[in-house]
Amino acid sequence: MDRFRMIFQYFQSNSESVMNGICGLLALASVKMYTCFDFSCPCLPQYNMAYGLGIMFVPPVTLFLCGLILNRQSLVMLEEWRRPQGRREKDLAVIRYMCSSIMQRAMVAPVVWIIVTLLDGKCLICAFSCSVDPEKFVGFANTSPVQVQQLLAKVPCKDDELMRNNTSRKAVSRYLRCWSQALGWSILLILIVAAFLTRWLRPCFNQATLLQARHWSNYIDIEQKIFEETCCEHSRLFAHKCILHFFESMRREIKLHSFSLPREGERAEKEDDLLRGITDQDQVNKLLKMWYFEKPPLDISQEIQRL
Amino acid sequence: MDKFRMIFQFLQSNQESFMNGICGIMALASAQMYSAFDFNCPCLPRYNLAYGLGILLVPPFILLLLGFVLNNNISMLAEEWRRPRGQRGKDPAVLRYMFCSMAQRAMVAPVVWVSVTLLDGKCITCAFCTSVPVETLGNASHPSLSQGEMKKVLARIPCKDIYDGQELIANEVAIRYLRCISQALGWCFVLLMTMLAFLVRFLRPCFTQAAFLKSRYWSHYIDIERKLFDETCAEHARSFAKVCIQQFFEGMSTDLAAARCHPPRKAPADAGEATEKLLGIIDQGTMNTALKSWHRCKPPLHLHPPALPSDNGWAGDEQPHPPMPRREMAAYYSGV
Repeated sequence: MDRFRMIFQYFQSNSESVMNGICGLLALASVKMYTCFDFSCPCLPQYNMAYGLGIMFVPPVTLFLCGLILNRQSLVMLEEWRRPQGRREKDLAVIRYMCSSIMQRAMVAPVVWIIVTLLDGKCLICAFSCSVDPEKFVGFANTSPVQVQQLLAKVPCKDDELMRNNTSRKAVSRYLRCWSQALGWSILLILIVAAFLTRWLRPCFNQATLLQARHWSNYIDIEQKIFEETCCEHSRLFAHKCILHFFESMRREIKLHSFSLPREGERAEKEDDLLRGITDQDQVNKLLKMWYFEKPPLDISQEIQRL
Repeated sequence: MDKFRMIFQFLQSNQESFMNGICGIMALASAQMYSAFDFNCPCLPRYNLAYGLGILLVPPFILLLLGFVLNNNISMLAEEWRRPRGQRGKDPAVLRYMFCSMAQRAMVAPVVWVSVTLLDGKCITCAFCTSVPVETLGNASHPSLSQGEMKKVLARIPCKDIYDGQELIANEVAIRYLRCISQALGWCFVLLMTMLAFLVRFLRPCFTQAAFLKSRYWSHYIDIERKLFDETCAEHARSFAKVCIQQFFEGMSTDLAAARCHPPRKAPADAGEATEKLLGIIDQGTMNTALKSWHRCKPPLHLHPPALPSDNGWAGDEQPHPPMPRREMAAYYSGV
């Protein structure tokens, strides 16, 4: 628990760290989701490709959208983009920086899913088993085209009666898996080279602009947070005053209707202060009913003037 | 837990320690990735070599680049290299030190992958099974096949379930032979890398220790300076934001008071902290206006100096008024 708390605190230390943490968690979730998912190829000629490519591309879109949703900065960026200019100019470089930073983080989990899918191979075997050239494989060379399609469609299903001990099935499976893994590693290589070049070359171009964009994007984030905290504090005080005013007006009303003798003694007054003049069941019930049926207006100017 | 916390804090203490941590994690990840990866030799003549060597060499290259990408020092190095000279000279020795230190750490994970791959043997078996010496290991009296056919048969050696050349050369024999060569290569590679590391670590202090100490110090300095600058900017942004928001609310309440044609409500001296904290906003309409204004018309990034109270919240970008007119303003209000 202590370990998690430390890791948690480290990631909370600034908002970029928080976003990196979320990005990492989504990537791990993506891998876990893939391992838990029970891939089940339909092994039918028309359905294979749709299923295989669907499993390869639809979850990444979902993960990308999740990455955007979970990232607080995307709302901040959207607000900064859409707000009227007012008295503060809009700096497009800042908005571009925020956008690119959000996109990069959101893309990690989908890319992890696609690469894990390709390295595992099941999706590609399912999608493209009908597209291999049957002449290359002994078992499928001398059959009619329709039968070949049916047989090839069953290649991903190891437990099918026709395919159980078929060596040609294993050969096709191996062949497709080899291509799938080669594609996976190639995509990973291209992405890493791109990331490396970006990291290496970015300081060579417009470093000063980048520093400014990063600073102001951080500023906008902090300002929004502080504004929300200020509003929260304000609403707590506002509510406090509003409720005090409500109790006070209840007390005055009760005094008006009850004609009770004024209490004596300082101690009694102090207790009365906390009880705010509400001292029996009827009064409490009346207060509660009033609170529900007739909430006080959102205006504490009278309470302030009393001070 | 305490031990873990100490290790964590130690690793965090500076960028180099942090990178040592990342380097260790990546080495473990590299070994784990290899064991998780489902090696799948295609068992076809031309594909075997490409696949086997690909798995042997492409992931280490990826891990090397990843080691560079994860290292924050790379952008620091590029920045230091490309910055204009300005008032601070540039020392190429410092840049060289940074690069060497990054490269050494980035090399660990690829070396681990290559060693594990060679010691395991599957890659070399897959890549070179068509080059097995059939004359020495196999059945010499077997009716000879054409070159292409032989290659096809030999290519299936790694795939025991579809291998059909048992009379030509026993599957076990071929695999054992190839694995033996692979493991020998693996151990030689590990020995070579260790010797290189030993030489670098123990010979370097004999030659350039003074220069090394200087480079290391200034490289750490640049790292720390950059971190402190980022922290100072963040602190400044926080203070700027607080004052900006405070002035926004003050300006808001003054404007609304002016719009309602009565003097701004000044909190009496004994009103207490709570009233001050209400920032002059005491009803729903005012709050709604404030929130709407926050979106529609954000205040400029320009803080008023605290000595001069802003009489008009909309005078954001102008110079502060000179004292004369302000006294007149005060006289007008007190007259009312």
